[in-house]
Amino acid sequence: MLTITQATYDAIVAHARRDHPDEACGIVAGPEGSDRPERVIEMINAAGSPTFYEFDSTELLELYKEMWARDEEPVIVYHSHTATEAYPSVTDVKLASEPGAHYVLVSTREHGNDEGPVEFRSYRIVDGEITEEEIRVVETLSSTES
Amino acid sequence: MAIEVRIPTILRTYTAGEKSVSGSGGTLAALIDDLEANHAGIKDRLIDNGDLRRFVNVYVNDEDVRFLGGLGAELKDGDQVVVLPAVAGGAS
Repeated sequence: MLTITQATYDAIVAHARRDHPDEACGIVAGPEGSDRPERVIEMINAAGSPTFYEFDSTELLELYKEMWARDEEPVIVYHSHTATEAYPSVTDVKLASEPGAHYVLVSTREHGNDEGPVEFRSYRIVDGEITEEEIRVVETLSSTES
Repeated sequence: MAIEVRIPTILRTYTAGEKSVSGSGGTLAALIDDLEANHAGIKDRLIDNGDLRRFVNVYVNDEDVRFLGGLGAELKDGDQVVVLPAVAGGAS
């Protein structure tokens, strides 16, 4: 199960809406081993594409160095699909490289840049296998949350 | 003397969980061969058809190795090498 604050949920949705029709991407970092998604980091989609996303390689290194310095890891890796459902594509599965992360997919296919419900789903992707998980949205992450 | 290589989570199965290992080699290709000798299987995750895999990033002293000559990039003792899989995907 993914436990996420309303503020983080809203930030991911806002990013996806803003970048529509291109795919938006980013991570939510948290302390190593904590499973607490605390710090939303929007990334630029270097592919600038409606059907593909990729972090710029230089920004990717900066991101990871910053997380290492803070003893953080990517708790969530998120991106949007803008014309299809919020389900991992073959490409998503093939390129999934963080077995410990929650992969969040948002679909903006219904309302694009506008307000309105979006599909927001979370998965584990390990060794090519997709497992969807429940999402619990909370006001704040409690000190015992895991 | 050695070159420190930072290993990403997904490849730590080859390094007994170690976050970084040391290796040696005058070029990136030689370093990867040296890593393979101690961590069998890792080379195939980095190289495909004789070239660096498209969705694997390797940095030498913070510089993307693709700008330093790829597998031919020259290395010296004390260099810091970081391996990071691309964060990528998409609907296509």
